[in-house]
Amino acid sequence: MESSKVIHAFYTDDEVLMDAVKAVIAKHHHIEEVFCPFPVHGLDKAMGLAPTKLAITAFFYGITGLCFAIWMTNYMMIQDWPQDIGGKPSFSWVDNMPAFVPIMFELTVFFAAHLMVITFYMRSRIWPFKEAENPDPRTTDDHFLMEIPVHNNEAELTALLATTGAVEINIVDKH
Amino acid sequence: MYQFSGKLKTFSLALILLGALGIAFSFWSVPKSIEEVKEIISHQSSHDGGHETSKTSVKKDIHQIEVIEEVQSKEQNVDAHHVNNEVEVDSTGVSHVSNGIKEIHDTIVENNHEPMHVEETLHVAEDAHHSDNHDAEHAEHVFHQLKNKPWSALYVSLFFFLGVTLLVLAFYASQRVAQSAWSVVLFRVMEAITANLVPTSIIMLIVVLAAAFHINHMFPWMAEGIVDPTSANYDPIIAGKSWWMNVPGWTIRSIIYLSIWNAYRWFIRRNSIKEDTANDGYKTYKLNYNVSVGFIFLFMISESMMSWDWIMGLDPHWFSTLFGWYVLASLLVSALTVIAFVTIYLRSKDALPGVNDSHIHDLAKFMFGFSIFWTYLWFSQFMLIWYADIPEETTYFAMRFNEYKLPFMAMIVMNFVFPILLLLNSDFKSIPWFVVLGGIVILLGHYVDVFIMVMPATVGSQWSFGIAELSALLFFLGVFIYTVFSAFAKANPVPKGNPFLKESEHFHYYNIEHRGEGSGDHH
Repeated sequence: MESSKVIHAFYTDDEVLMDAVKAVIAKHHHIEEVFCPFPVHGLDKAMGLAPTKLAITAFFYGITGLCFAIWMTNYMMIQDWPQDIGGKPSFSWVDNMPAFVPIMFELTVFFAAHLMVITFYMRSRIWPFKEAENPDPRTTDDHFLMEIPVHNNEAELTALLATTGAVEINIVDKH
Repeated sequence: MYQFSGKLKTFSLALILLGALGIAFSFWSVPKSIEEVKEIISHQSSHDGGHETSKTSVKKDIHQIEVIEEVQSKEQNVDAHHVNNEVEVDSTGVSHVSNGIKEIHDTIVENNHEPMHVEETLHVAEDAHHSDNHDAEHAEHVFHQLKNKPWSALYVSLFFFLGVTLLVLAFYASQRVAQSAWSVVLFRVMEAITANLVPTSIIMLIVVLAAAFHINHMFPWMAEGIVDPTSANYDPIIAGKSWWMNVPGWTIRSIIYLSIWNAYRWFIRRNSIKEDTANDGYKTYKLNYNVSVGFIFLFMISESMMSWDWIMGLDPHWFSTLFGWYVLASLLVSALTVIAFVTIYLRSKDALPGVNDSHIHDLAKFMFGFSIFWTYLWFSQFMLIWYADIPEETTYFAMRFNEYKLPFMAMIVMNFVFPILLLLNSDFKSIPWFVVLGGIVILLGHYVDVFIMVMPATVGSQWSFGIAELSALLFFLGVFIYTVFSAFAKANPVPKGNPFLKESEHFHYYNIEHRGEGSGDHH
């Protein structure tokens, strides 16, 4: 299959990489993926990726945690086993609410943080014992790798990438 | 260079004039005699609407009776229940039910006692006897509160504006100490705002001296004979605190706080302008850094002590160990909001060439963050007192919850819920009109916060928001606008001599798009 052929361009500097990404996008080529040893700020925008929705999920996870905390404190402290702590046996959730605020806060943070991490892992297709997807181990050290699918334009792409400061350009068959 | 426009100058002077007239009127309209006060009281009781100010002793008497009736009826209900159960269930069940009775009884007794911790209500309970002697005493109490009212109205706005200006100065010092780069283009804005410290300090000095010379009576511990065991006015709790709470010490401390702050402001403003042309291998810059470190140290101490002396002293029996932090948080979030407002305004007048949306975004992040910080401290103070339920501590919140319910609740919503919802989203934080919208709520909320710190102690149930409060607010707003913008017009809006200026101008939070830029301009 023709489309399984990709071009791998290596860079050693995030500034150079950013300019290269902009140059490739300016020529209307599609960048499949960029592998980096560390997050490069602004790369997503330069590649033309849609803004992340992770923040929105975090908000709803927080709301879920808050609701869970309200339900939990009500069930534990009011319904199932009412307790008289500090002379406040009102047996009403609303009247005892200030005592539950720390729990509500903690569970909001707990849910938002943990579920967001899990969402991020799932969205990035990372889980325990998963085999690494990056095509070259050097991208975990000091190299950046830009992957561009080839559509009968090998020569044109290679020429373009050579001008962007790539230290190595390989054409590989993707399995 | 920015020019302080004639239109804005006229506007600020009009505010000052209007405010001054209103303040003068509020002092003039204080009732002159006890007879007038009695008339006001009878007027208030005849208009017994739901309004807080018209809550009178009559209404409280009724409430008291209702509570007692409730106790009796509940006890009867429980008794009946008890009897029924005794017939039907075994002994374990009975003991359970009687425990229940005891609990309900305890709760009711507790509920019944709680409002009585408030001094006001104690008077009310005695009112049930309807002795003429007590009516006169009550009238005199209200007379004192009404005499305090114009002073308190002035004091709330004065403290708010002085505190906000002071915290702008402290934030500015912290930026110098941290050698932070992003805020360098805002230095002249912050310096200009601190110019307001001079007039507010002068007025504060007048109010302090007026209190020390018994011209106003906002601080009850200054009453005559309060530490004298032979006096009718003797108060053993205050006598025990008199090593700290005495008029000479208090006055001297107040003057020291004001001197420290003004001395630093005078020095740093002069030397910051000097930096522009110094060209001395950053010698001036380093000197400013060192002096700012010293100021931050003195500020943290003087701010805490100021909050005890000027605010907590209004309720001399009550104390809270984190009060200094709580006041700091309230003033700090307001200070950041004020910096954002002045920056957005000056930027719209093209007076701040180096400022971009990322700077606004950072200010809004601080507004958001310190709003949460305020909530954290406010709640920390509240929850411990609520949980421990010690009468000498709960009086503070009982008073505020009973007599100031609406502003008390509104304040929490305005200072916590609104900032959370308006400023949580990253994109919203760089949209100026959105920041202004959130900021207005924050500033009003923290004005109400200061109002609730001061008013319950000085005027009690006689509070209102009328001519006195509004004119004080307008007066200090006018002073603020006049001093800040005339100070800003006097110096180069760009601090050219700062080594981090370039970095500040290039400051760009990667995730936001500046106005007039596309994604192509990124990085």
